[in-house]
Amino acid sequence: MPKLTKNEVHPKIIEALLGADSDITVEDALENEMILNMGPQHPATHGVLRVLLRLDGETVIASVPELGYLHRGYEKMAENMSYYEFIPHTDRLDYLSPMANNVAWVLAVEKLAGIEAPPRAQYIRMMIAELARIASHLVAIGSLAMDVGALTVFLWTLREREKILDVWDILCGARFTNSYTRIGGVANDAQPEALAKVKWFIEQFDENLDECERLINTNRIFIERLEGAGIINSADAIEMGLTGPSLRGSGVDFDIRRAVPYLRYNDMDFKVVTFTEGDALARYFVRADEARESAKIVRQILDKMPAGEVLLNQPKKVLPHKTEIYTKMEELIHDFMIVNFGINPPEGDIYHAIEGSKGELGFYLVSKGEGRPWKCKIRSPSMVNLQSLPHMIQGQMISDVVAIIGSIDPIMGEADK
Amino acid sequence: MNLKELIPQKLQEKFSHVKFEFLDYRGDLSVKFEKEHVVEICRFLKEDSDFQFKLCEDVTAIDWAKRKNRFTVVYHIFSLKHNFRLRLKADVDESDCTIDSVTPVWKTSNWLERETWDMYGIKFNNHPDLRRMYMPEDFQYHPLRKDFPLMGIPGSLPLPKKD
Amino acid sequence: MGLEAKLKEEGFITTTIDAVVAWSRESSVWPMPMGISCCAIEMMATADPKYDMARFGSEVMRFTPRQCDLMIVAGTVTYKMAHVVRKIYDQMPDPKWVIAMGACTSSGGMYRSYNVVQGIDQFLPVDVYLAGCPPRPDNLLNALIQIQDKISKTKARDFQDRKLPELTVLHNN
Repeated sequence: MPKLTKNEVHPKIIEALLGADSDITVEDALENEMILNMGPQHPATHGVLRVLLRLDGETVIASVPELGYLHRGYEKMAENMSYYEFIPHTDRLDYLSPMANNVAWVLAVEKLAGIEAPPRAQYIRMMIAELARIASHLVAIGSLAMDVGALTVFLWTLREREKILDVWDILCGARFTNSYTRIGGVANDAQPEALAKVKWFIEQFDENLDECERLINTNRIFIERLEGAGIINSADAIEMGLTGPSLRGSGVDFDIRRAVPYLRYNDMDFKVVTFTEGDALARYFVRADEARESAKIVRQILDKMPAGEVLLNQPKKVLPHKTEIYTKMEELIHDFMIVNFGINPPEGDIYHAIEGSKGELGFYLVSKGEGRPWKCKIRSPSMVNLQSLPHMIQGQMISDVVAIIGSIDPIMGEADK
Repeated sequence: MNLKELIPQKLQEKFSHVKFEFLDYRGDLSVKFEKEHVVEICRFLKEDSDFQFKLCEDVTAIDWAKRKNRFTVVYHIFSLKHNFRLRLKADVDESDCTIDSVTPVWKTSNWLERETWDMYGIKFNNHPDLRRMYMPEDFQYHPLRKDFPLMGIPGSLPLPKKD
Repeated sequence: MGLEAKLKEEGFITTTIDAVVAWSRESSVWPMPMGISCCAIEMMATADPKYDMARFGSEVMRFTPRQCDLMIVAGTVTYKMAHVVRKIYDQMPDPKWVIAMGACTSSGGMYRSYNVVQGIDQFLPVDVYLAGCPPRPDNLLNALIQIQDKISKTKARDFQDRKLPELTVLHNN
C-alpha cells in the first residue's frame, strides 16, 4: 500500500503521525491512506482537543492527539501570586467539579505550611468534594450518551446537576467556579438551609439517576456501540499512567481515598467500584456506580457532621474572620501581613494528591520561604489519561473514536493547564 | 520493615558506586542522585519484587536560577502494592542540558518529558518523539524558565488579522 | 435581496420589507457555540430545561458554521486557538454577529499571561460583551435579547456589499 512519503513538506506532527508504529493489518486494504484532522472545534463537547488520524477507509491505523489550545500559563502565574490569590485559578482547572480542585489546592498548601483545618471544615470539604464528583459524573454520562446519539439523557442529567448548582449558590454565593475553601478551613459556615437542600437532593437522587439510566442501560444500540470499544487491559493501563474511573474500569482497584487517605475518608464506609472488561461500557458503569457511592458518602457526612468552627485559629497563616478584622487591632495587623506578604511556609517541597473525578489530581509545591511558591506543578489526570488514547483507538472505526473520547472524559482546562 | 527504611538500605547496597541523599520532609521521602544513573535506578525500583513502583505519576523540573546546577528534574513514582509514594531528584546543569529519558521503563513519562522539554528546555536522550507539548512548534523560547517574562515576548506568537 | 438593492430610497415598501426581514432574522438566531472552556458549561446550562434558550428562537445549536448567524465565543482564547476561531468566523455566511461571553474573551480576564489573547476584539469584530466569570445563564439570555434588539434596527440591505474573506487553502499532493 503506497504511503505518503516524507518528501513533501510536512510539519513535525505529521511526521510523528506517519512514523507512529502500528500493528494493524486491514484485510482488503485500500490503495492510499488518508490523514484526517478531528480539529479543535468539534461537536463532541469535550473541549479543544485536536486528534490527527491516519485512516484506511474508516479504520484508524495510528493517531496523534495535539494539546495546547487552552494553555493559559497556570504554573507561571502561580509563581507570581500568593497562595491565597491562586485559589480562584484552581476552580478553572477541572471546571466541571470546581470544588474538588479548591480542596486539592488548599490541602496541598496546608501540608506545606504544616497546619490542619478543624473537623467541621473537613467534613464540609468532603461533602462538597463528593457533590462535585456527582456533578462531574452526571455531565460525563450525559455527554457520552449525547455523543452516541441519546440526546434526552443529556438534558435529564443537566437537570439534576442544576439542583447541585443551586446548593452551591446558597452555600457560597456562586453557582459555579466558587472559591469556597480557604487555607485553614472554608470561607463561611454551611447554612442550615444549604444542608437541608443537600438532604433533599440526596433523597431523590438515586431514583432520578435510575430513571436516566433506564433509558440507555438496556438499549441495544447503546450497548452495541460501547461494548468492545477502546479495550485496555490492566497491565497496559498502569503502564500508561491511567488513574480514576478509566483505571477502575480495567479491573485495578486503586482509589486515593483508600490508598493514601486524606480528610476523613477513613471514617466513611464506601465501596471502590471496579469492572474488569476495560471497554467504554465498563467505564460508563463505573461512573454511574461511583455517583451512587458518593451519594452514600454524603448521607453519612450529613449524619456525622460535628458542630464547631470552620476556620483554624492561627493568625500567622490563616486569614481571620472579617468581623474581627474590623474591630480588633492584632487581627487587622495579621490580615495586612498575610495579604501583602503571604503565609511564608518553611523551605521545602511537598506533593499532595486527591482523587478527583477524572483521576489523581496532584499539586507539587516548592517553597523557598516566601509568600509565593517558587514552583507549582499541577499533575493533571486528564493529560495523562489522554496519553492512552492512541493505544485505545488503534483498529477502531471513526465513530468509535468519539465514543472512546467520551468514555475517557478528558477536560481540556485541566489537560492544558 | 517499612519502606522508608528499606528503600535507602536496598538502594545503597545495590548501587554502592552512586552517592545518594535521602530526605524525609512532612511524610514524603525523596532520593537525590546524579543524573547518569537515572535509568538503571528507575528500572530497579520498578522491577524489584519488594518495591514494584509500577505507576509513574509525574515528571517535572525546577529552575533554581543559579549558576551551578540550574535545573533539578523531579520524578514521582507510586507503588500500588504498598501504597507508597517516592520522589526522585536529579540535578541538571545548564551547560549540558540533557538527561536520559525513562520512557523505556514507564510509558507514562513520554508526554510528561515532552512537557518538561517544552517548558524548560531540558533535552531527553533516547526519547522516541521529542516535540513541544503546549506551545506551537515554531515558538522559540521555553516559558517556565525564570528569565522568561510572565506577559511573554511581544511578537513571539502571531495573531490573525482583523479586517 | 436583489430587488431591495435597486430601491435606494426610504419608502413605504422598503421600510416594511426591512421590518419583516429584521423580524425574521431576530426571531430565529441560531447560535454557533464556540465552546472552549468554563463558559461553555454555562452555555450548555443556558440550553438545558431550566434556562431554556430555545424559547427565544435559538432552537438548535449547530456546530457547523455554515448554518449559523451568531457566534458565541465562550472560554479563554489562546494565541494558538485564535487562528481557529478566526477561520470559523470567516466560514460563517453574512449576516453574522458575535457575542464575547465572559471576562476572558472581553479582556483576557484573570489570565494575564503569555499565551492568552487579551480580548478577542483584537482579531474579531464583537457586538456584545458579557461580564462575569462565568456569566450566569440569565446574563447570556440578556445578551441574546440585546442582539435581537440590535438586529431589529438593521436594514435588509446592510449586508450587501461585504467583501468575501480570504481563506488560505493549502494544496498538498
